[in-house]
Formats: sequence, C-alpha cells, structure tokens
Amino acid sequence: MSFEPGTELGKANLDVFAETLLELAQDNPDVLAVTSDSRGSGKLVPYAAAVPDQLVEIGIAEQNLVGVAAGLASTGKIVFAVSPASFLTARALEQIKNDVCYSDQPVKLVGISAGVSYGALGSTHHSIHDLAALRAIHNCTIIVPADNFETAEAVKAAARMFHPVFLRFGKRPMTHLHRPGTAFQVGKSLLVREGSDVAFIATGETVIHALLAATDLEREGISARVVSMHTIRPLDTDAILAAADECRAIVTVEEHSCAGGLGEACAAVLMQANRHVRFRIVGFPDEDTVTGSQLEIFTHYGISAQGLAGTARKLLASTDQ
Amino acid sequence: MTAVVLRIKSIQYRLRLLEYIKKAGAGHTGGSLSCVDILNVLYNRVLNVSPENFADSRRDRYIQSKGHSVEALYVVLADKGFFPESDLETLCRFRSPYVGHPTRKIRGIEQNTGALGHGLAFSVGVALAGKKDNADYRVYTLLGDGELAEGSNWESMLTAAHYHLDNLTAIVDRNQLQISGHTESVCRLECLTEKFQAFGWSVRSVDGHDVTALADVLGSIPFEVGKPSMVIARTIKGKDVSFMEHDAKWHHGVPSDEQYERARRELETLLMEAGA
Repeated sequence: MSFEPGTELGKANLDVFAETLLELAQDNPDVLAVTSDSRGSGKLVPYAAAVPDQLVEIGIAEQNLVGVAAGLASTGKIVFAVSPASFLTARALEQIKNDVCYSDQPVKLVGISAGVSYGALGSTHHSIHDLAALRAIHNCTIIVPADNFETAEAVKAAARMFHPVFLRFGKRPMTHLHRPGTAFQVGKSLLVREGSDVAFIATGETVIHALLAATDLEREGISARVVSMHTIRPLDTDAILAAADECRAIVTVEEHSCAGGLGEACAAVLMQANRHVRFRIVGFPDEDTVTGSQLEIFTHYGISAQGLAGTARKLLASTDQ
Repeated sequence: MTAVVLRIKSIQYRLRLLEYIKKAGAGHTGGSLSCVDILNVLYNRVLNVSPENFADSRRDRYIQSKGHSVEALYVVLADKGFFPESDLETLCRFRSPYVGHPTRKIRGIEQNTGALGHGLAFSVGVALAGKKDNADYRVYTLLGDGELAEGSNWESMLTAAHYHLDNLTAIVDRNQLQISGHTESVCRLECLTEKFQAFGWSVRSVDGHDVTALADVLGSIPFEVGKPSMVIARTIKGKDVSFMEHDAKWHHGVPSDEQYERARRELETLLMEAGA
C-alpha cells in the first residue's frame, strides 16, 4: 500500500505522547511524569493506572511542579513535567529559567493543549508566547511535533537528552505526514513535500495546512515545498537557507504569535546570511486573539489551505525576481 | 567537633566572608553573617557531604534557597576543601565562577539559586526521589524569612507534607530583617510556627547562633516520623559585628575601609574570647 502524506488521520499528538511515555516508563522505573492536576488533559489516566508509582501529582501549582521536577531530575530521574503550555511557560517561567535551564537540570517540559488548542476558552488558556519566551532563555531545546510520528520520536529523543527540552502538543487528531522509514533527528527538519516556487516552513499542527495548501497550488502549476520545522531550537538553518536558494518565496507558519516565534527566527537566519527572498510570517498578529475552535482561529488568521495558498500566490506575484 | 571549636569556626567564617565582600566591593553582608552558625553546624556536624563523596548519590543534600547569602556558603565550602579558598579572591570579578549567588559551576553547590522561593521546591523533588529510591540521604534547605512572602514556598510546603517527606528539613534564618526593614512591617509573617504546623510540618524553634542547640535540633530530625521538619532559627542580621547587627542597611552593605577594620578588630576580639 502506498502512503500519501496528508491523507490518513491519526491520533491526537497528546495521545501519542502519553502512549509513548507509558512505554518508556514500563521499560525504565526511573521515568516519572509530574503533573499539576493535569493527568486527564495530558491523557495520562491510563499511565497513572499502569505505573502509579511513576506519576507524581503536585496539584494546581505550576511553579512548584517545575521546581520539584528539577529536584527529581537532579537525582537521575527521567522527568516529564506535564502541564498546560499556557500555565507551564508563563506561571512557571522563572522556574523554567532558573531551576531547569540555568541550573541545567534535564527536565523534559511538556506543554499540553498548546497554542490555541483551548481556543474557545480565551487568552488565559492560549499559549502563543511560549516559543518566544523560551527562545530567549539559554539551554532549552524546543520541539513542536507536527504529527504522531514526530511526537513519538520527539518523546523518545527527549528521554535520552541530558539537558532541558520543551515539547509542545495539541489535542486534535493529526494527519500522518511522513512515509514509513523516515528518520527523525532533533534539530533537523523534515521535508514533507518537495517544491521549487514557494517554500512553506511550518511547525507543529500548522504543517498539515501548509501541505494542503501546497496540494491546491500544484493544480495551478505552483510548486510548493513543505518543511516540517519540528525543532525550533536548535534551528535547522541549512533547510532555511536551502529554501531561500531553491525557491522564489518563503512563507513561515506557526501556531504562535508572529513576535518571537519561528517566523522571526527564520527571518534572522536569512537576513544575516544575506539572503533576500520574498518572505511572509503567518501566525497570530499583535491583537486580542479571536476565540473559537482551533480550526476557526487558524482559518481566521490564514492558517488554512485556502489562506496559505492565497498568501503564497500573492507573495509570488508581488514582485519579479 | 566541640562547641568551642564550632564557635571559633563561626567567627573565622565571619572574618573571611567580610574579607571577601570587602575585596569584591559587593555581597550580602547582613544575611551571610546571620546564617553562618547554621551553615557551620550543618557542614561540620550534620551533613554527610564532602569533596570526596560529592558525586555519590547517597550524599546528604544542602540547598541554599536564600542564595544571596552565598558568601557564607563559599567560605564554609572552602573550609571543607571543596575548592581552594584563594579562589574567593575572584568573587564577583568579570567571568569569575564565584558569582553573587550559588551556581553548580562551583563544586559543592547542588543547585543554582538566587531568585527567591525556589530552593524548597527543588529540595522537595530531591527528597521525594530519595523516598522513591528508599535512599537514606537527607535534604536540608535554608530559607530567608523575607523569602517566605514568595507564594511558591507555601505550594512546596503542601507537597512536602502530602508526600510525608520526613527526610526533608527546612531552616528559616529568622533574622526579622529584609532589605526594606522589619519583616513584620513589610509583610507580616507571624505566627510562623502555627502556619508551618497548619501546613503539616513539625516545627522547632532554636537560637540560631547557639551551636550546641543547633546541633541538638538538627541532630534530632525527623522531629516526627512522616512529617517534614521546619527549624525556625532565631538569628541576628549582621551577627557579631556590633554596628551591623539589627540594621537592614547592611543587607547588601559593603563596609568602608574604616568600618572593615573596626569589624575585623571586633571579630578578632571575639576569637580571643572564644579561646582561639
């Protein structure tokens, strides 16, 4: 059976995270999940039932969650600190900065229901600042998986890392993007689709929308590349520069504020390498973010097949190069 | 180590930390002076930790949550042989690892601290790991009293009691002064004993400059099986330097040449009186 990226619906990345973590925990009693009354939203109820001694419940206290996780990690435990991304990376940002990153304690910070997964619940529950905040803090690998494969690989890779890492998962089922046998490497983006007119450099749950846009553009004779930039730090600069050298335009796509996220990181790479390419950042603008389902919010801000195809079309038509 | 020897060591530690603060032109003088006896008793009578066993997972842990009093910790760690004391000549100099708050770059230091309200949560994590592993190491952390206004401490106190962490001891350096003045006028803390008890801790209060009493209290932990232990150490900010005692301006005051000489003479007199 041939596999076509973007056609088969899988599970929510959060489910895959929880399943992968349970496998790791069953293999290694030092694996711990630390939660802030978040085992349900983290899909960790089966984990808690299967390995109850490997779940540490902290209660609704994110600062304490991260500090305790750092202490556990300092003793050699393999610690996944699991909490809604909005609270984990804002409420506990100082603990992430000092207790984990500055102190180099190898905690695996897991931001669940990230981005606008909790879209209808309002900005208190949105995490569209987390990539910017963590990019400005030294010593934190940042991984935003796009599909189930990237999620499982990222969780396994995180378990092996000796330094802090942040993982970010949403709760909507994701479409499979990668062919069997694809190799996953932290810091190395994955090419989802080849193309030479425009490159979508997308991350996390937006990648599927870039792929669908690329499929639409193909019908018009526009060749669109789709790169899954699952690691925000360290950033795969080679893939960004290759996109600039081999395509006529770049559109970055992220479930994050346009300030300080993937797009601005790519822009900095391109400018400082003297690459002048037509370029757009698609994310959330500096305004009171609209509310609704994740998909409604995505569509509103142009993170959809139609919206992204339109952005690419306009960008390609904007000037001749 | 006898009480007399411990008392002499405390005065020597005070002399040294003042010397390095003076040389650096920076440091947290008052709080370092107030917690010296606590650190002295911990490192010389209580903790099973040394340069030789620092990589051993079974070692006792000390985490200094009131990180700004790092000068006291530095002189004690140097005395214990974790690093040459001459290293402290570089305190707070450009690119010196001996910065103004604890970091793991320095052998003997478990965790980077300095932002307040962080050490207790970390200590809870270490103690919880000890329980999970059936390890018999003990975990001690030193909190400032002003630091107790950080809400994160109270989150961590809940967790420590919830998990019955009787391998964990928190010591409050209760010198009653913080940078803006008296703790009770900045943000009222009392009745601390009742508050800690209500959070599920077993609490004892002790004269934080009486090395014999400190050794007795810290040697009788846990106070109650199944409960974390809290020691309220009643101390004097600026202890043993007459003009620094009970004065918040010495929180991070650096003595002038004249003040330094006066402090040194006072401490040397105390040293003689102690029998050195």
